Parts: sequence; structure tokens; C-alpha cells
Amino acid sequence: MDIDEIEEEITEEFELFGDDWEGKYEHLIDLGKSLPIIKDEFKTEDRLIKGCQSRVWLHSEFKDGSVFFTADSDAIITKGIVALMVRVLSGHTPDEIVNADLSFVDMIGLKEHLSPTRANGLVSMIKQMKLDALAYRAKA
Amino acid sequence: MFNVENIRNDFPILSQKVNGKPLVYFDNGATTQKPKQVIDAIVNHYQTINSNIHRGVHTLSQQSTIAYENARTTVQKHINAANSNEIIFTKGTTDAINLVAHSLGKIWIEEGDEIIISEMEHHSNILPWQILCEEKDAVLKVIPINDAGELNIDVFKKLLGDKTKIVAITHVSNTLGTINPILDIIGLVRKHSSLLRGEAGRGADTVVIIDGAQAIPHMKVDVQELDVDFYCFSGHKVYGPTGIGVLYGKEKWLNKMPPYQTGGGTIKTVAFEKTEYTDAPLKFEAGTPAIEAAIGLASALDYINKIGLETIAVHEQQLLEYATKKISAIPGLKIIGTAKEKAAVLSFSIEDIHPMDIGTILDKLGVAARTGHHCTQPLMECYKIPGTVRASFSFYNTKEEVDIFAAGIEKAIKMLG
Repeated sequence: MDIDEIEEEITEEFELFGDDWEGKYEHLIDLGKSLPIIKDEFKTEDRLIKGCQSRVWLHSEFKDGSVFFTADSDAIITKGIVALMVRVLSGHTPDEIVNADLSFVDMIGLKEHLSPTRANGLVSMIKQMKLDALAYRAKA
Repeated sequence: MFNVENIRNDFPILSQKVNGKPLVYFDNGATTQKPKQVIDAIVNHYQTINSNIHRGVHTLSQQSTIAYENARTTVQKHINAANSNEIIFTKGTTDAINLVAHSLGKIWIEEGDEIIISEMEHHSNILPWQILCEEKDAVLKVIPINDAGELNIDVFKKLLGDKTKIVAITHVSNTLGTINPILDIIGLVRKHSSLLRGEAGRGADTVVIIDGAQAIPHMKVDVQELDVDFYCFSGHKVYGPTGIGVLYGKEKWLNKMPPYQTGGGTIKTVAFEKTEYTDAPLKFEAGTPAIEAAIGLASALDYINKIGLETIAVHEQQLLEYATKKISAIPGLKIIGTAKEKAAVLSFSIEDIHPMDIGTILDKLGVAARTGHHCTQPLMECYKIPGTVRASFSFYNTKEEVDIFAAGIEKAIKMLG
């Protein structure tokens, strides 16, 4: 699946909840819990994206032309959104990652979490994911 | 007779719904809501007498000047300052502390001098002193706290030395709610100074500055009784507008201090060779001030005085007691800040759950609480936690709202645990 298709899949998945915020957040929390945890050896200071409140760790690798991400957060709702971002962006080419508009976040009603004033590190994480992709593209 | 429902009718914002639920506003420590009396005062100013103050000969300018200076007198009376010249309008508490650190620091601090703060200070009462110490090669000393979140006064006594030039302490902790015994602290400083004076040592005076941002909404403050050198607070935390704050300073200090910022309004005469500055307070109010905000602040002080600070304290303490008891029963919940003397601030953490997650779920339930380090990172370091969830109460809050809050925490734990 390409990035657009994954975004669509997630949008459909969340549409099931309609206006039920509890269902939506419970799903997000479950996603957070099921996110493959970043290896401890990668949970280092240089991979830490400092939000004001929650912390996010991001690790990336470049294999066969695609970028693979693993990530973690100390806050579970943040981690749920991190899991969605990894699901959407991991395993794609640098070009696809750089060009992804990630509009699904708005579609599933979680845009408030990506506000720059939210202080959860997510905006910085997305920026870092794209910067990593750019760096790999330059090297490739 | 205090009737919370009548009071709530004065605050238009409180009747709205947030995320489909009735708003429960428990973030009063960050900023308070405004009664319509304050909103009306601001609107009325703009609709009737708006004009720039001081030096204007026309009628509106004179009316505006009178309203602004009356606001100063209202503040003076509210904190029982001896003279309205001792009341400086600032942008807020942060601005006031920066003013003192910058302006007094310039003439008062020398290499090797010591400034004492405490472990529970807001960043606003740490950073200006830290910078001053770096600039002047002075030393920053920190009073530690105990597990309950109270200052260790025995250590403070030991920290007081012949090089102590400034003591800067918060009246009430924004994170813990602790009410510090500032009357005793100032007493100790004065006693220490008189001993030094007896020895004819250099710098026998020690200046005390109190951050009153979290105290002014909850209690009566009398700066003369306290014998404090500087006391500051923010308008928006006491039901007034943002962009206005107060620095009280004893005249003897204000007259010695150079201006903080310079510009219009601060001068007697300007020439390219030499400028002569005017006296306090105008010396410290460069540029056009927040005129309508000063008027709004005075209106807010009138409002709370009409209810009565003692009545307010009784209601808020009842809420604090009720909420403390209620949430203490929640398994895994730990209250951070259990001082004997507390203002209506309730901070807590929950085992294995990030405060931000709790705050997010509470928000969905219409409850506005604050999460994070509350600009007190060194204090969070003391408790070895990333942050807390903080509910801070006002006289317009109710027990029913506390019930919604407590049920919200339990729901959040169920969802997140």
C-alpha cells in the first residue's frame, strides 16, 4: 500500500467510531500499547524529541531504498498517534515520506494533538521523520 | 451572604459547554475568568474616555489619566501600601521580577554577593536571578523543601550570611499550593540585618522580594505589616485582564533604582548631553501603559473586595478540603504538596500514567485542568516526576464540579491503565 492508501485505511478505521470520542481514544490507547517498542539501545538522548510535556523517541533506518521508523513515547495517547505516524510513513521511499501531507489526522479528528502549542513533541517528530527521509535521499 | 450560583452568573464564560460537556474550569492558577463587571469596565473605557494618559490638556486625556491613577490608588489600598508612588504598573509578575533584578541588580549586586531563592520557585523567579548572578559573578543559593513541600527554615537561617543581598521567595507555590511563612521569613531577614548593622558590616540591608502571583487571588496582603521591600502580582490571576501586573516597592529603593526601560513618560528633561529622569512610579512605566487593563484590574479588586477576601478564603478552603479527601481515595493517586498551610491548589500524580494523558481525557469531559511541570522544573526534579495534574480552585467553583473532576480522573485511569 502507498501512503495515501494507508491514510485512507486509517480514516475508515476511525470512521467506525463516529462521534464516540471514548471509543476513538480507547482505540488510540490500544494502538499506543501495541506499538513495537523502540529498542532500548536506540532510546538515547540524541533520538529524543523534547516536547514540553511528553517525550518522544524516534529511530530510523534506511534499507533497500525505504526508510523504516521505530518510536516510543512516555505518554500513551501521544504514543497512539506516534503509532499511526509510524504505520503511515515507515517502509516508504524518502520522496513519498517528504511529500506526505498527513491529512488523515484532520480527517479522524485528532488535529488538536498536532497543534504546535500542544507541547507533546508530535509536530517535532513529524518534522524529524521528514528530515531523516531528506537526509537518506541526499545520501542515496 | 455568599451564593455561588449568583457569583457564577457574573462570569459569562462559565456557562458554556466544552466538548459537549458543561465547562468545569479548574485552571485558575494559570489564569482566572473575568466577571462582567471587569469586562464592562474595559469596554466602558474604550467607549467613553479612551485617550492617552498624562500630559494631555484635553478632557478625555484628563479623564483617562484620572481613571488610570485611580486604579493605582485602588491597588495601593488593596495591599495597604503607604503611598501610591510605590505602586508600579507592569506587564505582569514576570515583568515585575525582571524589573527588580535588572534595575536593583545594577546598583545593588557586586561580585561574590549572594541571592537566596527556593526550590519551589516558578521559573520567573529563578531565571532573572540566575542571569543577574552570571552577569555579576554573584552566587545563587536555594532553600530546600521537605516532602510535604514546605520550606526548610532551618537551612534558610544558615544560608543567610553577610553577603546575602536579596531574598526572592514565592508567597504561594503555583505547583504545590504551599503558603510560605513570609512574615517569619522577612522577620528573620530583618533580625539578621540588624545584627550585621551592629557589626558595621558592608551591605547590612537585605532586600526581600515576594512573588505574590498565587497569593493575591486567595488572601489579604498587607505590605506594610509584612515590611516587605518588593511584592508583585499579575492582574489576570486575580480576575483582571492580561497584560497588567503590579510591582510594589518601598520608595527608598525605587528612588535609588535606575529606570528599567527608558522612553516616553520616564523623564523630567531630555538633552543629548544628559537626561534627568522623573520619580517612581512613572520612571518605571516607559511608553504608553495598558491603560484599560489597569482600570480593569482596579475593577477586579473592587469585585473581590465586595465579596470579601475572608469569604473567598472560606469557600476555597472548603473546596480544597473536599477535593483533597475525594481524590485521595482514588487508588494509585498521590497528592504532590501536602503542606499544613495551603491555598486552593491541588496537584497530583498517578502511578504509571502520564499527567498529559489524564489532562487529555479530562478535557474531553469538559474539565480544564493543567498538566506538566507548571514552569517549576527544578521542583519536579525534587519529586522525581515528569509533571503533575493540577486543579486550582476559585470562589466560583463548586463541590459538584469537584465530583465531576474526581469521576473524570477515575474514568481516565480506567481508560489509560
